[in-house]
Amino acid sequence: MKSRRTVMAILLLVMGLLALISLSAGKVWVPLAQWFRPDDPLSAIVLDLRLPRTLLAMTVGASLGMSGAALQGYTRNPLADPGVLGVSSMAALGAVLTLYLGISLQAIWVLPAAAMVAAILGVALLLGLAGSTSSVVTFILAGVILNSVAGAGVAVALSLAPNPWAVGEIINWMMGSLADRSLSDLQMALPFILVGCGLVLTTGRALDALSLGETGARSLGINMAATRWCLALGVGLATGAGVAVTGVIGFVGLVTPHLLRPLIGARPAGLLMPSAIGGAVIVLAADILVRLIPSVAEVKLGVAMAALGGPFFLALLLSLRRRVA
Amino acid sequence: MRAEQIGVKLGPRQVLSGASADFRPGEITAILGPNGAGKSTLLACLAGLRSPDQGQVWLGPDPILSLPARQRAQRVGFIPQSPEVAWALEVEILVGLGRTPHIGARGLSREDGEAVSRAMTSAGIEDLAGRDVTTLSGGERARVLIARALAGEPDWLLADEPLTGLDPGHQLDVAALFRTMAHDQGKGVIVTLHDLTLAARMADRILVLWEGGILSDGPPALALSSEVLARAYGIEARLTPSEAGLTIEILGRTP
Repeated sequence: MKSRRTVMAILLLVMGLLALISLSAGKVWVPLAQWFRPDDPLSAIVLDLRLPRTLLAMTVGASLGMSGAALQGYTRNPLADPGVLGVSSMAALGAVLTLYLGISLQAIWVLPAAAMVAAILGVALLLGLAGSTSSVVTFILAGVILNSVAGAGVAVALSLAPNPWAVGEIINWMMGSLADRSLSDLQMALPFILVGCGLVLTTGRALDALSLGETGARSLGINMAATRWCLALGVGLATGAGVAVTGVIGFVGLVTPHLLRPLIGARPAGLLMPSAIGGAVIVLAADILVRLIPSVAEVKLGVAMAALGGPFFLALLLSLRRRVA
Repeated sequence: MRAEQIGVKLGPRQVLSGASADFRPGEITAILGPNGAGKSTLLACLAGLRSPDQGQVWLGPDPILSLPARQRAQRVGFIPQSPEVAWALEVEILVGLGRTPHIGARGLSREDGEAVSRAMTSAGIEDLAGRDVTTLSGGERARVLIARALAGEPDWLLADEPLTGLDPGHQLDVAALFRTMAHDQGKGVIVTLHDLTLAARMADRILVLWEGGILSDGPPALALSSEVLARAYGIEARLTPSEAGLTIEILGRTP
């Protein structure tokens, strides 16, 4: 327990430092002294552009990290992640459908609501499946299929839409980014992410008990149906609200709990909060990196996470296979 | 605990039809029967984890399925067949999971911690406390999982084939552990078993399941006979009373 607190304290410290760097870093470096000068254009860069970006990186990172830890706990599968399993793509599909149908402009909440509903559906589908099969492989394959189908759905909807920038839009949704987001984006996503994470936290005891398998957990008095709904709603709200603002950012939920397990132990409930902080750290770091890579157009955060997370996923898969064999 | 006319259909197959039995605290009941006789199904019904298609299980004055899950879990501990442990948890944390039906919103209390260490002492696994579960041997693992069930301090302990996969020495250790729980702590212990000699040795009472019903029921010496074994398992066997209880020599398949 002590090491868990220490790790969380260190992670919080790192997150604070990265947040400061995130406010200064980019094409233009803005030193601390120039942050709060009302007439300085550099101050506007920090407060209007980088502040929302930094806060969003932390919120979205936290929601993805915690969602990953919760999904891994529920499925007893270290490869689970909202991005890998297609939950994020489902959210993107929900969002894009409102664009395609032209109803996204009717009210500001239509697009995020659709993203969240689609994400909730995605998680419910996956968890239902995880309940009926004990096979890790079947479950991951189901996630991969959900991911491809939802991704294709996004592409089809955007291509059919009367929109000359369809290709760019597809990339925007499937490869998320934090660039040019405003405080109103944060205001939209934050409440749902908080509620979602709160719901996920209530499943902690059930996730722990699930270490003993589904029968084991039920014999300990865990209500599986309630747990499944809490998780579907929680992960769906948190992931969906994030995707509605940033697009799909994968692998955060996969990598974070895996890195933390050796440090604080594998107890699923104990990983939820640290994974949230860890996810915030990873997304902040990746977003700073993306801004510092010298390129004409900024590399998408989703691309960077996939480039970093893909090899990680492969390594994890290989080590799992070795353990099984 | 009382099973009343339990009937269960699995797909098209009637696995149990009208199985009834009373179970008493302070004794070990072993449920025997050939593969597919419905031993595990009956045990899951008794644990309140499966709702039978006909009949019901009574826990004291209440139908077990009418109890809130948490309350039921406090009173009835269950060890599934070849239980999985998903993560590389420390033994002490795993045993602590047995407290799940008791813990409140604030996590494990001191009382919970005491119950966990009592359970680890009675299972004889104090020295494993800090070990990673995935590094344990089969015998150690079996004892850890029993300690996990004991930590919940249930009145009833139900275990599905707890001795399968253990060497004879560890089988005797685990059997002794169940006996202590029943005879010294007054818990009702119900286990399903495959090994006839072991069952005769460790159980106070034996139920033989056959074709969905109960073929024989009583103390080992009465419940097991060459006729019963011939009927249930299709084997010819010679049963001789011995020091360890009953020696069962299997001669061959019945013609």
